[in-house]
Amino acid sequence: MTHYLAVFMPLLGAFIAGFFGRQIGDRGAHIFTCLGVGIAAICSIPIFMEVALGGKDQVLPVATWLTSGTFEANWALRFDTLSAVMVMTVTCVSTLIHIYAVGYMHHDDSQPRFMAYLSLFTFAMLMLVTADNLVQLFFGWEGVGVVSYLLIGFWFKKPSANAAAIKAFVVNRVGDFGFLLGIFGIFVVFDAVTFDVIFQAAPVKADATVHFFSRDWHAMTIICLLLFVGAMGKSAQLFLHTWLPDAMEGPTPVSALIHAATMVTAGVFLVARMSPLFELAPDALTVVTLIGASTAFFAATVGCVQNDIKRIIAYSTCSQLGYMFFACGVGAYQAGIFHLMTHAWFKALLFLSAGSVIHAMSDEQDIRRMGGIWKKIPFTYTVMWIGSLALAGIPFFAGYYSKDMILEAAYGAGTPAGRVAFILGIAAAFMTAFYSWRLLFLTFHGKPRADHHTMEHIHESPLIMTIPLAGLALGALFAGYLGHEVFVGEGRAEFWREAIGSTPGKDVIEAAHHVPGWVVALPLVVSFSGIFLAYFLYIRRTDLPSKIAGAFPGVYQFLLNKWYFDELYDFIFVKNVFRFGKWFWKGGDTYIIDGFGPDGLSALVTRAAKRLGALQSGYLYHYAFAMIVGIAVFVTWFVAVGAG
Amino acid sequence: MESGLLHVGLGHYLTVSAMLFTLGIFGIFLNRKNLIVILMSIELMLLSVNINLVAFSSFLNDLAGQIFTMLVLTVAAAEAAIGLAIVVVFYRNRRSIEVEDINQMKG
Amino acid sequence: MIIASLAFYLFSFIAITSALNVIFQRNPVHSVLWLILTFFNAAGLFLLLGAEFLAMILVVVYVGAVAVLFLFVVMMLDINVAMIREGFMKYLPVGAFIGIILLVELALVFGGWAMAPEAQALRLAPTPDLTQIPNTEALGRIMYTQYVYVFQAAGLVLLVAMIGSIVLTMRRRIGVRKQDISAQVNRRTEETVEVVKAEVGKGIA
Repeated sequence: MTHYLAVFMPLLGAFIAGFFGRQIGDRGAHIFTCLGVGIAAICSIPIFMEVALGGKDQVLPVATWLTSGTFEANWALRFDTLSAVMVMTVTCVSTLIHIYAVGYMHHDDSQPRFMAYLSLFTFAMLMLVTADNLVQLFFGWEGVGVVSYLLIGFWFKKPSANAAAIKAFVVNRVGDFGFLLGIFGIFVVFDAVTFDVIFQAAPVKADATVHFFSRDWHAMTIICLLLFVGAMGKSAQLFLHTWLPDAMEGPTPVSALIHAATMVTAGVFLVARMSPLFELAPDALTVVTLIGASTAFFAATVGCVQNDIKRIIAYSTCSQLGYMFFACGVGAYQAGIFHLMTHAWFKALLFLSAGSVIHAMSDEQDIRRMGGIWKKIPFTYTVMWIGSLALAGIPFFAGYYSKDMILEAAYGAGTPAGRVAFILGIAAAFMTAFYSWRLLFLTFHGKPRADHHTMEHIHESPLIMTIPLAGLALGALFAGYLGHEVFVGEGRAEFWREAIGSTPGKDVIEAAHHVPGWVVALPLVVSFSGIFLAYFLYIRRTDLPSKIAGAFPGVYQFLLNKWYFDELYDFIFVKNVFRFGKWFWKGGDTYIIDGFGPDGLSALVTRAAKRLGALQSGYLYHYAFAMIVGIAVFVTWFVAVGAG
Repeated sequence: MESGLLHVGLGHYLTVSAMLFTLGIFGIFLNRKNLIVILMSIELMLLSVNINLVAFSSFLNDLAGQIFTMLVLTVAAAEAAIGLAIVVVFYRNRRSIEVEDINQMKG
Repeated sequence: MIIASLAFYLFSFIAITSALNVIFQRNPVHSVLWLILTFFNAAGLFLLLGAEFLAMILVVVYVGAVAVLFLFVVMMLDINVAMIREGFMKYLPVGAFIGIILLVELALVFGGWAMAPEAQALRLAPTPDLTQIPNTEALGRIMYTQYVYVFQAAGLVLLVAMIGSIVLTMRRRIGVRKQDISAQVNRRTEETVEVVKAEVGKGIA
């Protein structure tokens, strides 16, 4: 029972708030949606204890769906360790964010709609993680994409929000295309889309090939690469990352829920879920590693020079997702999921406290116009420190356990890709610490750079917002410590069991535990250096940053403009698609189809009718003459041809 | 039915009827200035049809032709009456029965 | 025989020339009169064909009613005789062309008419021997029995035409003074005469 409640209660909350929002009012919408996810969160704890800790994996059927020949896909809830972990993370973080949103969106006109969307999103994400087959997973996948579009464009009267929402959806779509091709590939090879069937048949099909474009390709590699394309889109990895910074147009709770804790992690979840297949495609894993590492590095570089508080955190998310991917890429799926879990807590915390700052600064988001406010909003300041410490991987905070495990695993894997990932990861760790403290110092310290009016209005957020912050802070503090034993420690075998695929003889986590000491220490060293550099540049010698930027204008502009990816895509894809579309529209649709179809026909009919109408001269003798000519024709006909 | 110049046969009557018919048609579209003449031309055409019918009735010894002629006569009279009534009303409104003025129903 | 042929040629010649005159006359009254002449000659042709009832009917109805009606209307309308001929010549060639084609074709057909052998058997109402029963009686015999529905329909047509003409042309003129006998007769003294006492030299105000 609790299993069904955990998944479907958010849907009920969304349904009530969505369709009856006007009747039950704002307050009613708040209560129903928070209750919905709250009950789901409460149910998720016994589920976690039963399934993940207790070892009771299960598949609960819900309803039949598609059966066509050998193709079968039914609604069912799959509970194993992986999904139990995800369910618990998603529901708990979502509940806290729901509560926070009640306060944050207090002045908004359409609160029921917002709360309904949040709950609907939670439901879609839960469907995704508890899916028993690829089609249901894709349903959840698309569901989160749609609700993400709705939430990014929540303030639909702003054109920039609409554009950002469309961008997010379209870029996701590119990824989804790859994902769908991957699903088709799986069906072609396995003749099924249900996970149990696939995973059992996987070892047999390890060397299967698909014949395509007159070449035989290794099926598993192709499939995994295609699935990874989908993951790249959803998780904003390099090349399909352009939507994530723009997604900050949505309200802050949206950024926290979707673009930190849950939706963007769906890609990582997918790779971990399909790990039995990925283990059979080492080339695909290499690609995953390299892309993940590149993303981690790239996003960190861009995050160093951004000035919008939410954008910095967005690039930080992008970077951390890169970490999770290259962890999966080297085979340490457990570490990737562990980091996913801890990251959800501290990243949501960072976003929500950023929201608190924005709220305090009367909707100011540019950190160049903040400063000197730490005494006025001490609680927000404290939790932001906690989140940043967790992010930077400072010992005993949550991120320390997960992030360091990933870096150690990258080194310990021993592969060239792993080494590259390790180097890029270390560089990214340095930059992560740097930009996190840059944000802290510029936002809270120094002389106030905001105007007098704003400074007077600074106030700590109400309880309804600070309590969720406290809850998330607890997670950021203790999630790593509490979890690392079972996630990546000694208890990991009994914890994960069959949920994560593995290759006999390759235990990357084990290797990670036995790396040389300098590998363990290096992340700490670079993090502290990053903090120190930020302190030096933004507290001690505040004149230096602009001088450095002035000294390397090219580099600065390159980083500020996000490595010019948007401009590149605009040039290659967007402009051409628009040109193509316009050509099809003007030439194809308007000219050919409309011209020879409805418009052309109607114009032709009108013209012909006008001409015919001229026959109606009104003169009797014209009509009589026409009749007589007709008679003459008939008579001629019958005389010449005969009566037939 | 032999026909020669002296012995008048069916063909003669039919030819007369054809001539009258053609003259009626002629009258309709030659006439630009007088609506009444058009009505009279129609009467001419109906007359020619009557001659045709009676001729056949006589040469075939079939009285149905004459019955039909009576009906045609009736209808012709009715149509002349109504046609003239329309002309009168039109004249009252337009003060003219020139055919060229009757063009208000143009499309 | 010869008389019959001569009579035929006479009647038909006059009929056709009269028809020509109907069209080409300038004065519409003259046109009507020529039409009347055409009708008379057609009646003559009917007589030659042995349809004496129809001949007389033609005279009574066509000439006596329809042509007279034409005359009435022509005289009632104020027609400008002088303007009538304009535009005539412009359309003559085309009209003549069509007319002549039609005529030639009709003549071709009718002139070479051959009766099919079965025609006799297909007669709808065989003419009885004219020496036994005169034409009128023969017509009457079949009109009121075999063709009674048709006869009634013709009556209806005439009824409709009559009603139609009245509806179209009757109008009530306002301001026309007419006598209303019943109103006159029903007048009462109290409504019309009033006794007033008038003072000397003052009058009725």
